[in-house]
Amino acid sequence: MNTWLLSILILSPLLGVLVLLFTPSQDEKSIKWIGILGTLFPLGTALVTLSAFNKSGEGLQLAEKFQWVSYEVFQSNGDVSYPIFYEVGVNGLSMVLILLTTVVSVLAAIASYSIKKDWKSYFILFFLLEMGMIGVFASQNLFLFFIFFEITLIPMFFLIGRWGYLEKEKAAYSFLIYNGVGSAILLIAFVAMFMKTGTMNFEQLAYTFSLPQSELSDMNITKDFKMGMLIALLLAFAVKLPVAPLHSWMVKVHVQAPPPIVMLHSGILLKIGAYGLIVFGAGLFPDQFESLAFIIGLFGLINLLYGAFLALTQRDMKRVLAYSSVSHMGIVLIGLAALNEAGMTGAVFQVVSHGLISALLFFLVGVLYERGGSSQLKDFGGVAKRMPIFAGVLLAGGLASLGLPGMSGFISEFMAFLGLFETMPVLAAIGTLGLILTAVYVLRAVLAITFGTEKELSNAHDLSSTERIPAFILLAAILFIGIYPAWLSDMLRPTLDSILLGLGG
Amino acid sequence: MDLDTLLSFRWSVMLPEFIILGVATLLSVIDLFMKKESSRKPLAWLAGAGILAALIAIFMQLDIEVTSILYDTYRLDSFSKAFKILLLLGTLLVIVLSSNYKKEDLEENRGEFYYLLLAALLGAMMMASSADLITLFVGLELLSLSSYVMAGLERRNKRSNESAFKYIVSGGIATAITLFGMSYIFGLTGETNLFKIAENMGNLELLEHSFLIVFAFIITFAGLTFKIAAAPLHMWAPDVYEGAPVPVTAFLSVVSKTAGFVILLRVIIICFIAAPGIDKEPILLQVQPYVMVLAAATMIIGNVTALRQRNIKRMFAYSSIAQAGYILVPFVSNSSLIFELIWFYLLAYLFMNIGAFTVIQLLTSQEGSNDIGVFRGLFRRSPWLAVPMTFFILSLAGIPITAGFIGKFGIFMGALGLEQPQYWLASVMMATTLVSYVYYFNIIAIMFFRDSDGTKVSIPGGMAAVLAFCAASVLILGVMPDLALDFFYGNFDVNEFFMQIETEVHTHDH
Repeated sequence: MNTWLLSILILSPLLGVLVLLFTPSQDEKSIKWIGILGTLFPLGTALVTLSAFNKSGEGLQLAEKFQWVSYEVFQSNGDVSYPIFYEVGVNGLSMVLILLTTVVSVLAAIASYSIKKDWKSYFILFFLLEMGMIGVFASQNLFLFFIFFEITLIPMFFLIGRWGYLEKEKAAYSFLIYNGVGSAILLIAFVAMFMKTGTMNFEQLAYTFSLPQSELSDMNITKDFKMGMLIALLLAFAVKLPVAPLHSWMVKVHVQAPPPIVMLHSGILLKIGAYGLIVFGAGLFPDQFESLAFIIGLFGLINLLYGAFLALTQRDMKRVLAYSSVSHMGIVLIGLAALNEAGMTGAVFQVVSHGLISALLFFLVGVLYERGGSSQLKDFGGVAKRMPIFAGVLLAGGLASLGLPGMSGFISEFMAFLGLFETMPVLAAIGTLGLILTAVYVLRAVLAITFGTEKELSNAHDLSSTERIPAFILLAAILFIGIYPAWLSDMLRPTLDSILLGLGG
Repeated sequence: MDLDTLLSFRWSVMLPEFIILGVATLLSVIDLFMKKESSRKPLAWLAGAGILAALIAIFMQLDIEVTSILYDTYRLDSFSKAFKILLLLGTLLVIVLSSNYKKEDLEENRGEFYYLLLAALLGAMMMASSADLITLFVGLELLSLSSYVMAGLERRNKRSNESAFKYIVSGGIATAITLFGMSYIFGLTGETNLFKIAENMGNLELLEHSFLIVFAFIITFAGLTFKIAAAPLHMWAPDVYEGAPVPVTAFLSVVSKTAGFVILLRVIIICFIAAPGIDKEPILLQVQPYVMVLAAATMIIGNVTALRQRNIKRMFAYSSIAQAGYILVPFVSNSSLIFELIWFYLLAYLFMNIGAFTVIQLLTSQEGSNDIGVFRGLFRRSPWLAVPMTFFILSLAGIPITAGFIGKFGIFMGALGLEQPQYWLASVMMATTLVSYVYYFNIIAIMFFRDSDGTKVSIPGGMAAVLAFCAASVLILGVMPDLALDFFYGNFDVNEFFMQIETEVHTHDH
C-alpha cells in the first residue's frame, strides 16, 4: 500500500471526476455534494500519507520510480539513451504543501456553493486543478513537475474564463499568456539541463551541479551555463510568484476569478512559484544563488513596498488583497535572500501562512460580494452590526495578515527579517517600512468595512453555517501555527537543513 | 532488361503499393459502370478496405531486412516502412471524412475523388521508398497532379477552382525549382541514384566546386519545402486550404505534408551526408544557419499570421505552416534523433490535425460558413464535439498529457542536445508557441465561454469513430508515448536508412 500511496494521492481527485461524469448535469445539489466529498477523499489520502511520513526522516520518502519515456540516440560513439522516469516522493516541505493544498481545496469546494452555473464542468475542472497542484509538489523530476505545472494552467484558464466576473475572458487570457511565458522559459531550461546531464531527477541534478568544476567541464557545463539556468529559473518562477513588475496578470485574476478559485490560486498556485525558487533556485544552484542574493533581496524589498503602497491606494477590497499578496510574496524573497536558517524558515513559513491567510480573506471577500453585489470599499460600512461573526473573522484575518503576534503571519515575517538583518541589515531596515505600511492598509480596509456608518446591503445576514466551516477552520489553522510553530518547523527542518547545507550556511 | 532480370526482383517488396494500385484501378473501372445517380459510398468502403489491406501488408513486412529492387531505385527499409504507416493511416482517416462530406455539387464527382486520393497516396508511398531521383520525382508528381485535381473537385465553387489554379501554378514553379536543383546534383555527380550521389559527393575533385554543392543544396531544399508549406514557399497553403473541400484540405495538411518531409529527408540527408561545403567543412553543418532561418521564419510567419484569421480553414492553414516550422527544427540536429522526432511529431500531428478537421467539416457543413463563429457555444450544443476538439487544440498548442507536447518536447531535446545547443532556435519555437496559444485558445474560448443559439450538431457514425480514435490516440500518446517510441525502436533501425545495398543482380546486363 505504502509504495503506491503517493500516486493514489495524486490521482485521488480523479475519483470525483469519475463520479461526476455519471451525474446528471442539472442536479445542482448532488453535484455540489460530490464536489465537497470529492475533495475530502484527497484530504483523507493526504492524512494517511502524513501518518506514513516520518517527520524527522531525512531526504525523500514514499518514493516511487519507474521508466516512462525513452529516447535513444544513435551516435558514432555508441547509443545514448535519455530515459525519462516517473518519479514522485515527498520531503517535509512538499508534504506540508500537499497538506495545505488538500485542506484549502476542501474549503474552496465548500465555498463553491456560490457558483451559479454549469456546476458539473466546474467541479470536473476543479478536481483536475487539484490533481495538478498535488502533482507539482509530489514530483521529483523536471519532466513530471512541468507536466503538472501545465495541468494547473488549463483548468485555471477555463475556471477564470467561464465562471469569473465581468472581464473574465481578459483575465483568463492574461493568466494564460503570462504563465505561458513562465513555463516556456521553464521548459527551455529544463530540457537544456536534461540534455547536459542526462537526468531529470532533482537529487541527481543537485548532485551533478555540485561536482567540482573540473568534472563539470567534461560534461560541457560551464559556470556561465549554471548562471544562465538559474536566471532562467528565477525568471520563470518570478512570473508565477509574482515578482513586480510581472504581477499585473495576478491582480486581474484575483479581481475577476470566482472566489473559491481565487482561494486556490492565491493560497496554493502562487506558492508554486515560491516552491520552485526554493527547490530549483536554491536547491540546484546554491553557489550562483548566493551571488544573486542581493538582487533577490532587492526585488523582495521592491515587492514588499510596492505591493503595500498600491494596496494602500486601492478602492476595491479584492485589489487591496491582490496587492497585499504581491507585498507578502516579497517577504518570501527577502527570507530566501538572507541565505541563513532563520531567513529560509521565515520564507517557508510565509508560504504556508500566506496560503491560509489569503484563502481566508478571499473567502470573506466572496461572502461580501454575495451580500452586497460589490467589493468596493465605499459600498460597505458598519458591517459589524448586522454581521458580527463575519466582522470578527475578517478582523482576525486582517490582523493575521499584518503579522500580529500569536498568529502565523507574525512568525514568518519575524523570522524572515531576523534572517535578513543578519546578512543585509540595510535592506532589512528599509523593509520594516513595509511592515508598517501593511498594518496601515490592512486596518484601513478592514475597518472601513466593519465599522463606520452603516451602509444598506441588499442581502445582509451573518455567516451561514456552511460559510462558517471554511472560515473557522482557516482561522484555527492560522492560530495553530501562530501559537505552536514547532509542529511546522519540525516537519520542515530536514528539508531546510539540506538546502542550507548546499548554501554553505 | 530481359524477362529473367525482371522476374529476379523480389516484387513482394512492393506489395502495399500493388494493393493500392490495384484498388485504384478497380475503383476507376467500377465508377465507369456505375449509374450516375447511385451513391458512391461503396467506393469509399472499397478504398478504405484497400488501404487497410496495404497497412496489414506493411505490418507483415516489418521483419523483412533491407531489400531493394530495380537496381536499387526502390527500397524497403525501416524508414520507408515507418513513414508509409503514417501515410496509409492518414489517408484511411481522410477516406472516412470524405465519405461523409456532403455538398450538392460534389455528388457527381465523388467517384473520381477516391481513386485520385489513392493515386496521390501511391505517389507518396513511392516517395517513401525511392532511392533514385527519377523515381522520387515521379512519385512527387503523381502526388502533386492528383492533389491539383482534388483541390478543384467542387467544380461550381469559385473558391475551389481558384484554389486548384493557384495550387497548380505555384506547384509548377516549385517543381521547376526542385528540378533545377536536382539538375545541379546530377551535373556534379553524374548519378541519379541517391547512394551513388552520396559516394560521388565525397569525391576529391568536387572540393573545387563546393560552392556549387551549396548552391545545389539550397535550391533543392527550397523546392522540396513547397510540399510541407514552409517559408518562403508557403503562400499557396492558405488559399488552397480555404478553397478545397475539407477532406482534401485534411489530406494536404497531413498526408501530403508527411510525404514532403519524407522526400526532404531522403534527398537531403542521403545526398549531402558526406558532401563537403565551402572550405571542406561538411555541408550539413555549414547550411545549418540557412535551415534554422527557414524554420524560424516558417514558425513566425505561420503563427503570427494565424492570429488575424477569422476563416477557420485559413487559420488551420497557417497553423499547419507553423507546425511545419516546428518539424523543420530537427533537421538542424545531426544526430539520428531526427528520424524518431520527425516520425513521432508527424504521428501526433496526424491525429490532432485530422481530428480537428473532422470537427471543422461537421461544423462548416452544418452551418454553411467557414467563419470561426461556427464554434460558438459548441460546448453547450454538442459537448461530445467540443471536448475532443479541445484535446486536439491543446495538442496542437503543445500542452502536456497530449501527444503534441511529447512531440514538441522531443524537438526541444533535439535542438538543445547538440554540441552547440541552439538556444535561440528553441526560444523562437517557444515564443511562437506562445503566440499560437492566442488563436488556439480563442477557439476554445468561443466553444466554451460564448453562448449560442445554434443547434445541436449531428455526428454520423463514421465521423464519431474518427473523432474517438483521434482523441484517444492524442491522449494515449500523450500519457504513454513509449507505446509509439517502443514500436519505433523495436521495428525500425534507422541505420538502414544509410545502408547501401550491393545489387547482386546482373548489373552487367544493361
